[in-house]
Amino acid sequence: MARANGAPTNGSAKGGAEITFLEAIRQAMFEEMERDSAVLLMGEDVGVYGGAFKTSEGLLERFGWERVIDTPISESAIIGAACGMSYLGLRPICEMQFIDFIVCAFNQITNFVAKGHYLWNAPAPMVIRGPSGGGVHGGPFHSANPEMYFIHTPGLKVIYPSTPYDAKGLLKAAVRDNNPVLFFEHKFLYRRIKGDVPSEDYTVPIGKAVVRREGKHLTILSYAAMMHTSLEAADALAKEGIEAEVIDLRTLLPLDEETILTSVKKTNKCLVVHEDTKTGGIAGEIAAILFEKAFHDLDGPLVRVTSLDTPVPYAPTLEEHFLPNAKKVFSAAKELARY
Amino acid sequence: MTKQMSRELTRQQYLDLYYYMRLNRAVEDTMVKLFRQNKIVGGLYSSLGQEAISVGTAYTLQKKDWIAPMIRNIGALLVKGVPPRDIFMQHMAKYDSPTKGKDGTSHFGDLDNLHIVSPISMLGDLIPVMTGVAIGGRYLGQKVVAMTWIGDGGSSTGVFHEGLNFAATQKAPFVLILENNLWAYSTPVRRQVPLENLADRAKAYGIESYIVDGNNVVAVYTTAIEAVERARAGEGPILIEAKTFRRLGHAQHDPAEYVPKEMRAYWEARDPIALYEKFLTREKLLDAAGKKEIDEKLDVLLTAEREFAENSPMPPAEFAQGGVYCTGDDCHKIRAKWERSIGEVTPPKSSVKPVWTVPGFGSGRGSGGADAPIHFGDTPAVMEKPANNSRPAKVAAKPVAKGAKKARAAAASASRKARR
Repeated sequence: MARANGAPTNGSAKGGAEITFLEAIRQAMFEEMERDSAVLLMGEDVGVYGGAFKTSEGLLERFGWERVIDTPISESAIIGAACGMSYLGLRPICEMQFIDFIVCAFNQITNFVAKGHYLWNAPAPMVIRGPSGGGVHGGPFHSANPEMYFIHTPGLKVIYPSTPYDAKGLLKAAVRDNNPVLFFEHKFLYRRIKGDVPSEDYTVPIGKAVVRREGKHLTILSYAAMMHTSLEAADALAKEGIEAEVIDLRTLLPLDEETILTSVKKTNKCLVVHEDTKTGGIAGEIAAILFEKAFHDLDGPLVRVTSLDTPVPYAPTLEEHFLPNAKKVFSAAKELARY
Repeated sequence: MTKQMSRELTRQQYLDLYYYMRLNRAVEDTMVKLFRQNKIVGGLYSSLGQEAISVGTAYTLQKKDWIAPMIRNIGALLVKGVPPRDIFMQHMAKYDSPTKGKDGTSHFGDLDNLHIVSPISMLGDLIPVMTGVAIGGRYLGQKVVAMTWIGDGGSSTGVFHEGLNFAATQKAPFVLILENNLWAYSTPVRRQVPLENLADRAKAYGIESYIVDGNNVVAVYTTAIEAVERARAGEGPILIEAKTFRRLGHAQHDPAEYVPKEMRAYWEARDPIALYEKFLTREKLLDAAGKKEIDEKLDVLLTAEREFAENSPMPPAEFAQGGVYCTGDDCHKIRAKWERSIGEVTPPKSSVKPVWTVPGFGSGRGSGGADAPIHFGDTPAVMEKPANNSRPAKVAAKPVAKGAKKARAAAASASRKARR
């Protein structure tokens, strides 16, 4: 299904269709539940209402009340119950209505679900998914990028896609994985991004990054909504003769070190763009990997373009200032290219 | 509170309860010896005086049922079929222990055979987990009951509420045993909960509850078997408060000097094994010869089990590295065991009525359609006009393809627009 570098080979397969990012997620759940009756969906308002973002629209009618479960507002109970179900060989998908609320179940995820396989040989095949990210004026409690809390937890896998093709293929792979997988869906992309998906069943491998644009002057690493911002900046850079190689990380845990190192050893410069806040963001981890494994290949400093180290502010003027944008990426890249 | 205490046990059942309580205590006595010889790696937590609860409740379960013990529920593990050597080796961090030294004490489980979910130190977390086991078992048609235990202290956690409330809304076949041993480490129950009976917490969830003398194993058993059968029959979760007393400190290091002398004296006079021996003697179910036979049986068994445990090696250091992730079918073949027709939950049949219902809650409809407004993240076009003329940007799935540049430009322009 994928080349060695993780690039999909049939993204525009004939017979496929152009769908939104949101529809890709709905289709993935629908098709997985159709394929395997061990797959269930649990969450707040996922049933009758079809989810606050309509990602489970039509699932209740198709799969019934036992498989599409409206829960109380109890994130720890949702995650805990899903874990219990997974011990019986079921493969529950948990929806966090907003990914911000995942931290309400922090203990359940990090102390129980994640440690089970290591400690007592208990795999927990379950997916925790939900809308994340800012740029839609959701304010400080509806815009979170909480990936790093969980990337620090051995036992979890963390996915954060940027295209409909990847969202569908990675969510299917997550459902079929034997480990707890966190699947973040950037809500800015839900209806803004469309893309082709094939009509036949496919998965995208977890743990593989993909080169979105080839270049030789510097490497830009990004994921989720910032992937599109980075591509926009790369277009502008190209007009100035700077060819940026843009890599979509797609999976943040486990990180695809091979693709990162191959690119940086070619371009010798690395810029990381993420919407998560700066301190403790994944750029720091990537910097450490490069210092350990590509120190002699670096011709310049590792540069980070990230959100500010603040909560996500509400007012559009403040949020715009808080978030990275193509202009900020462009300037940082141009500066880095001078080395 | 409904309570019927007339259930008669068979002679063998009476003797089984006695044997398991004795085994529970003997296993823990052996571990105290090991602890004093510095052979136990971490702490040692005692269930002295609470054996009737672990044994009397777990003894009600069928082989297929699931338990998730707390650290003090050694008796429940033994009733479920865990050999004493596993408990010894866990405490001694041995390589042959169920977790091979990766965790200690009674922190281990068995998903395949004994149906035991491992304890976690964060009390209360197992309540939602076992709710999920109960719902999952019902979904698969297995007719299993899930049981877990919580203390007076753990009943104040947020997950206790979340789990029990969810179990109640789901009418899950789940039984929760609340062991009120009067002390959470050094804090007495009165400082934790302003209730005379912790069973009253059940009222908040609209579920049934029982209160039972936790030092009377027959009372514990007859109460628990009724609860388990009701839960299995679909009556929903049930809470049992077993009143008892923690005879030793929180762990071996704690002399528990904060416990009033009179309180300790009262409960020491009500030792569950001594009380039960009196009952069995009076009912002519046990005599001196029978007791001696059990003494000898336990001695032989535990000597052998202890020897096995002591001879097991420590895990090799590099064993710390592996096993964080399941690597797939070669590691675990995960398959649900269906005991109902999969067809019932697979389209097109799956859209029929559920096996449980919530009165007054019909099959309503959502606001419908792929273009229905969403909470945040709509494109401006959709928000203004929920029709098909919104044309979000297209992004090429194929990374470096012909024509991709145009698509990227479109995405970029959407990105720019939205960021403004």
